[in-house]
Order: sequence, then structure tokens, then C-alpha cells
Amino acid sequence: MNKLNIILNGIVRDNPTFVLLLGMCPTLGTTGSALTGMSMGLATMAVLICSNVVISAIKNFVPSGVRIPAYIVVIATFVTVLQMFMQAYLPALDAMLGIFIPLIVVNCIVLGRAEAFASRNPVFDSLLDGIGIGLGFTIALTLLGAVREILGTGRIFGAAIYPENYGSLIFVLAPGAFIALGFLIAIFNTLKNKQN
Amino acid sequence: MSMKSSVANMILSLGCITIVAGALLAWVYNTTSGPIEQAKQEKQVQAIRDVTPDFDNQPMEAKAEIKVLEDIDHVNVFPAMKDGKLVGAAVESWDNEGFSGHISIMFGFDIEGNVTGYTVLSHEETPGLGAKMGEWFSDTANPSRCVIGRNPATEDMHVSKDGGAVDAITAATITSRAFLNALRRAHAAFIQYRDLNQ
Repeated sequence: MNKLNIILNGIVRDNPTFVLLLGMCPTLGTTGSALTGMSMGLATMAVLICSNVVISAIKNFVPSGVRIPAYIVVIATFVTVLQMFMQAYLPALDAMLGIFIPLIVVNCIVLGRAEAFASRNPVFDSLLDGIGIGLGFTIALTLLGAVREILGTGRIFGAAIYPENYGSLIFVLAPGAFIALGFLIAIFNTLKNKQN
Repeated sequence: MSMKSSVANMILSLGCITIVAGALLAWVYNTTSGPIEQAKQEKQVQAIRDVTPDFDNQPMEAKAEIKVLEDIDHVNVFPAMKDGKLVGAAVESWDNEGFSGHISIMFGFDIEGNVTGYTVLSHEETPGLGAKMGEWFSDTANPSRCVIGRNPATEDMHVSKDGGAVDAITAATITSRAFLNALRRAHAAFIQYRDLNQ
């Protein structure tokens, strides 16, 4: 497989949010603003890249009977490392994402890619897959966060576009996340189908 | 391809992975525990600095735990001294009656008990409604909702709906009540501390 294709695959054809519909919990929970969405995407991407690489490297030493616990240990280790580093050096970001950082452990995108890709492909390809899927997730979360922020508060990345009073609060709250996500999935898939 | 799933293999493989993971975590924990503690302290010191009048002591070290009325939990009072005299304090107050439970706010007072500022430390209030308390009550352009510069001893710090002198956040009266509860609790604790230490 062409190396660039692996990355593009993760962003478009196998986009974790818009096509695979994986990892919905952080997708809905952390996209109240474009910035939190993007931070969550980047944090997940960091874990995904590390776990993909390591799991691909150890795949021949893991008997299939214990592969899921083994992968979960690897993923949980990286998530904990990430969280400790964030608490130490980016405490504001850690406070913003809160419980969703430890929850990356059970994000099905990470385990899904370990099982579907990293455990069957060479290390370098798994690295690229981690980057691709991670970018796809980050872009999706940033987009959803931006849409909700604009419609809800009239701002994007904190910069005012129109007065906040004209925004509709529902987009900041959970129902708005579902509505915005539904429309984005529809738009994304229409565009994707047109291209094929 | 991968190893056979015999019991010995599985134990060995999973054992090795957990040992390596454990060692890595231990190392990261050791390197980050210092900075994590420091970041926490800095946040608190920054909050104290934001809300209290000018001081030259170490409020963190002079921390006092004060219990107000029938409360089970205490509030932390961080006295601000200048030239050895008490000039005010930052009070880390809380309330459990927020729309989603516990809120924690750092209030600053000058020596007369006027509110000099506040910072919301943690809350779970609704974004766009209760979460606006960070700006709402410090909006000096709207004197009827702003609490800064007012003295809870002379003004009734309840929401206007309950007969008080503070306008509640639109559509977030419960949060506003909790905020003002925390403010009165902080004020009571400060007065108690001041009268003991002056």
C-alpha cells in the first residue's frame, strides 16, 4: 500500500468520526468549543501513534489469547503518561478536558486501530495509520467544535464573530452536539460519495 | 506469526508487558510529580494574587482553616499581610447547592470585608448559563449584579428574587444562589478570622 494513502485513508475514507462512527463519547463531550475539540483530538492522536507503534512492534510476542489485555495495558500506560505530563506542564488544558483524558483508554478508536491495523502491519505503516486516523479524528472534532461554538456563542477559537446574544444555547449543550454531528456526517458523506 | 496461546506463553507475555509498563509509569511519575505539585500551587497562588489586595507575606504558608456556623467542612483562609499587618485575605470557599453540585470559588476581601475580587476554581454548572458566574458577578458596568466592592456585612448578598441586593444570572438562579452562599460563607469565615487575629 502506498504510504501516503495510509494517512489519507485515515483522514477521509476511514475517518473515525464521520465514517466509522467510533469514539462518539469524547466527540460529543469535548466539542463545546473548537479549542477543546482540537485539544482532545491531538491528545488522542498522541496516544494512538504511540500505542500503534508499540503494539505493532510487540505483535509477534503476544499470544492471541491475551492480545486484548496486552493492548489495553499498552494503551492505558500511554494515556496515564500523557495525563501526568499534561498535569505537570499544561495544567489548564488538563482542567479543560478533565475526565475525557483518562477515558481515552476506553476509546474504541485506539483499541480498534490496534486490533484492525497495528497487529497486522509493520511498525512504520502503523505509525502512519496512527497519524492518519489521529488527524482525521482531530479534524472532525475541531470542525464539530467550531460549528457548535459559532452557532452557540458566535465565536470561533474564542474570537468573536457576532454578538453572543444571537447564538442559540442548544448548540453548546449536548442536544446541539447530536444535531451538529448528524449534519456534519451527512455533509461529509455526500461529498465523499460525489468524489467516488 | 504470533506465539501459541499456551498458558506459559500467555503469562510470560502479559507479565513482561506489565513489568515494562509499570517501570515506565514509575519513571514518569517520579519525573512529573514535582512539576504537578508546583503547577497546583501556582494555580492557587495565582488565584490568591488575583483577588486580594497587595501583600508581601506568603499567604499559602499562613493558611487557616475556619469552620462557619453549622458547616461540616471548613473553608481555607489565606491571610494577606503587609508590613506585618493584616490587610485582607483570600478565602477558598465552596457551596454544594449548585445546579450540578459542588462549586469552589476563591474570594478576596480587604480588611473591612469588602469584596475585592473572586476566581471560580471549579464548577460543573451548565455552559452558557450557570458557567457565566465567572464574568457575571464581576461586571462592574452593571452595579446591580456586580459583587466587587460591596460589603456583605452592610448589603444583603442574596439574589433579588429572594429579597437580596444582587441580580441573579439570567436563567441560572440556582447557580446564583450557590455563588452567593459561597460568598457569604467566605465573608463569615474572613470576619471570624479577622476578629481572632487582629
